[in-house]
Formats: sequence, structure tokens, C-alpha cells
Amino acid sequence: MEIGLSHFLSVAAVLFTLGVFGIFLNRKNIIIILMSVELMLLAVNINFVAFSAFLGDLVGQVFALLVLTVAAAEAAIGLAILVTFFRNRGSIAVEDVSQMKG
Amino acid sequence: MQSLGEFSSLWPALPEGVLALGALLLLMLGAVRGERAGDLITALSVGLLVLAALIVESLPDERIIIFSGGFVFDGFARFVKSASFIASAVAIILGRTYFREIKVVHFEYPILVVLASVGMGMMISANDLLAVYVGLELMSLSLYVIAAIDRDNARSSEAGLKYFVLGALSSGLLLYGASLVYGFTGTTAFEGIAAAVTQGARPPLGLVFGLVFLIAGFAFKVSAVPFHMWTPDVYQGAPTPVAAFFSAAPKFAAMALFTRVMIGAFPQAIAAWQQVVVFIAIASMLLGAFAAIGQSNIKRLLAYSSIANMGFALVGLASATSAGIEGVLVYMLIYLFMTLGVFACVLAMRGPQGMIENVEDLAGLSKTNPMMAFILAMMMFSLIGVPPLAGFFGKYLVFLAAIEAKLYALSIIGVLSSAVGAYYYLRIIKIMYFDEVKQSLGPVPSEVKLVLGVSGAFVVLFALYPGPLYSAASAAAKSLF
Repeated sequence: MEIGLSHFLSVAAVLFTLGVFGIFLNRKNIIIILMSVELMLLAVNINFVAFSAFLGDLVGQVFALLVLTVAAAEAAIGLAILVTFFRNRGSIAVEDVSQMKG
Repeated sequence: MQSLGEFSSLWPALPEGVLALGALLLLMLGAVRGERAGDLITALSVGLLVLAALIVESLPDERIIIFSGGFVFDGFARFVKSASFIASAVAIILGRTYFREIKVVHFEYPILVVLASVGMGMMISANDLLAVYVGLELMSLSLYVIAAIDRDNARSSEAGLKYFVLGALSSGLLLYGASLVYGFTGTTAFEGIAAAVTQGARPPLGLVFGLVFLIAGFAFKVSAVPFHMWTPDVYQGAPTPVAAFFSAAPKFAAMALFTRVMIGAFPQAIAAWQQVVVFIAIASMLLGAFAAIGQSNIKRLLAYSSIANMGFALVGLASATSAGIEGVLVYMLIYLFMTLGVFACVLAMRGPQGMIENVEDLAGLSKTNPMMAFILAMMMFSLIGVPPLAGFFGKYLVFLAAIEAKLYALSIIGVLSSAVGAYYYLRIIKIMYFDEVKQSLGPVPSEVKLVLGVSGAFVVLFALYPGPLYSAASAAAKSLF
């Protein structure tokens, strides 16, 4: 069976959905949320590279490289905020992020 | 000297360049001199932002495209950029006394605001999905850190964490949309996307999917329903000057980006995005009006108020006409003044044990501080949209454009939700003027007085001389079409 564009897009869509559900359904640990965010961004990268290859256009791959870079910066900032949160609350459980409601 | 020649053609991006270089220099200064340099860095950052706004104003009045089509400077960019740079500078000024009093003396706050402004400048001028993403992320990453800047305060770090998680989710959605748009049009440049849509009568389904994901990402940044969940928590948890900043400049920049992408990249797919924008506008106006009623914390109340106000601004975008975009620009500019003025009032609420944030603490303000009570009352009437205050004109323009575009249901629901929203604004006025004094507030810092005075004067006196703002906004809106 020939592997075509739609296969790549399906894989990316499944990974992206997994990432979104990982953020909303996870009730335990904020680190898992960060991993889910990473999963979403990587799914987008699969999309970009697949489109880029099938369109014969390089912009998609440049975009993917930029997404990788920004994702690294985003993870660094997310972990730093998580550290300050842990210092204040002594926990990184999702249910403890609930001081403010309403 | 060909390289120098190419370099000199980049001058429309000079404001961003000045801000970026300035931020790096200020960071060096802070690293060398430590916390002692705080006041100097605050003053220099404000100067830098004002300088950038002046450079924006001095650029020629024509459409210039640089960076291989990634960056566009036009009347629209000029209008939004100078307003957001000035609003950022005001947010830095508002933080001066506040941060000293809560003993958060991080010199990083003004520098991060400057870096966020670089991001805003890039996204306002974005003409390519790549530039949209990079500008948006530069702004957002700075905002995540600013929300958590009071790092020894559990609420502030919780606000930062919530903002980060939901912000990362929204940039994921935006990127997924960008990848689909790229895949189905074969380009990331706005002109290319617009041309690809024109070719067929109906845009392909994949492109519509991508468009909806893009709108979801933008809706998060302007805090429109159903992506508003972060707003109340972040406003309440973040330090007050930070909440003031969040409600002003980044909102305007994100709204400008939203407008530019919709009008610039999808002018032939209006039918596809108009119904989505109408939906989020209605949902934002209704939720903002009803959810704010039960709030006792004034920052939370203002968060819901800002959600409702974004809904009103989106009414202008939904009409998708030049008049509608003019309405968006006028509305957002007036909103900048109103929100910064109201937050200056919140910053002036200083009890014996530090800052107080409950609406009830304003009781009897008309007797203890009649001037502030008057200005706050004028702000509230303006937010309701009572003529002849400034807020009325913004609402008038967006609803007029919506009616001309035959969006009758949207206009009727908007006006009705505005009437519902009047309840909680009037409640604040009632508490200030008719309730017994519970406690008198401390002295108001001078920079807060200044912001209060300027925004109050603008809101009250705008009706006398609205011409220049109208003509500037109308020229800016026409440059998009």
C-alpha cells in the first residue's frame, strides 16, 4: 500500500487530538500537561512537513523548524513557572491549581 | 555595498528594532547593576516605548512590504502600533509604586513589557502566517512570565500557570489551523491565501477547518468566549498593573491581528468566517454581561467586563466592511483609555493593610475622595455606553456598521446585553455614592493620579472633538481594503 498525504495527516490529527485530550482529561500532574502541549506541537510539525513534501514547497519545513525552536522556549518558560508554583504550593497536582474560582 | 542597501530598506521595522535592541541593552544594565537599576530601567523603558511610537508616527503614509512579504507597514499598522506602544508605557508607569509596595523589585517587569511590545509590533504588521506565529509567541511568552512575576505569591504563580497552559493550547490550535491553511493553499503569505480562495466559488473544506482553528487561536488571545476561561483567574491572580497591561495593549494588538488575518487573508471567504465571528461576539457579550453580576472582586469583575467589550469590538469585525473595521479601531482605542483609567482606580484602592480589591470597599468613596469617585463613575457610564461619554461613540460605530451589514440579530442581542451589563456598572456607582463609608482609602500615588486624570479627561471630553480620531481610524481601516 502506498503511503500518501492522507496517512500523514491522519497520524497528525490523531496525535493532535491525543494532545488536546491529554490537557483536559488529565487530573494528576501538570508535567503531563506540558508533555501534551509538546505532543500537539509535534503533530502540527508532521502536518507541516508532510504538506511541504507533497507540495514541493520549502516554507512548511522552515515553519516546522521555527515551531521546534519556539516549543523549546515555551517548555523552558512553562517549567520555570511550574517551579515557582511548586515553591509556593508544594505540589504540582492539577487539582491544587484551584485557589481562584468563580 | 549591496548588503547595506538591503539593510536600509528594512526601516519600516525600525520601531521593533529599536525596542528589541533597547530591551537587550536594558537587560544588560539590569544584569550589571542589579535591583538598584530598577527605577532607571523603568524610566528608560517608558522612554523607549514612547520613542518607538514616535518613530511609527513619523514613517511615511504608504503601504510598504518588507522581509520577503512577511512584514507590512500601512495606515492600519501605524494606528494600532502607536496606540499599543503608548498603552504598554502606561502599564509600566502604573506599576512603579505598586511593585515597590508589594516588595517585588524585579527590574524584569518593564523589560518584559518592552519585549511583549516587540511581539505586538510584529503581529500587527504580520503579512504571513509564519510572522503571525513568531510575533504572537514573542508576545505570549513574555506575558506568561509577567503574569507570574510576583513569584513568591501563590496566586500570581497560579495565574501564570493557568495562562501558560491555556495559552500553549491555543497556540497549538492556531498552529494546526495554520498548517491546514498552508496545506490547502500551498502558501503562508496572506496575498497567496487570498488568491487561492478566490479561485473556487466555495473554499475547500480543509481550508475552512484551518480557518476555524485559526479563529480559535485568535479568540483565545482576545479572550472571547468560548476561549475566555483564563481571563478572570489571570486578572485576579496577577499583580494589578499586570492585569491593566493585559487588558489594554495585548488585547488591541491581538484584535488587530485577528482583523488583518480575516480581512487580508480571507476576503473571499467572508461567508465562512463571518458566522463564526458573529457567534463568538454574541457569546462574549452575553457571558460578559451575565457572569460579571455576581462578582465581588473588582479585578474579576473587570475581567468579565473586558470579555464583554471584546464581544462588542468583534461586532465591528463581523460586519466585515471598512466602516466596521473603523468601528473596531475606534472602539478599541476608547476601550484602552477606559480600561487603563479603571485599573488606575483599582490601583488607588489602598487600605491600611495594603491593596484592597473588593467592590464593597469602595463604599462611600464619593465622600472620602470625590474626585476619584467622579472619574470612576464617568468610566462606568462610559463603559455602559451613555452619551456623550466616549464609550458611546465606540458602541455607536460598531452597531451602526453591523446594521448596515444587515446583521440585525447580532445588533439586537448586543444592545440588550449592553443593557444587562449596565446593572453591574451601576452597582459600583451606587456603592460609591449611596453606601455608608466603611473605610477611607490611603493617598493616591502621583503616577496613578496622572493616568486617572488623562483617561478621565479623554472619556468626558472626547465628544467635543472626535474628528481627528475618526479620520485617523477611517484612514487606517481603508488601508486594509
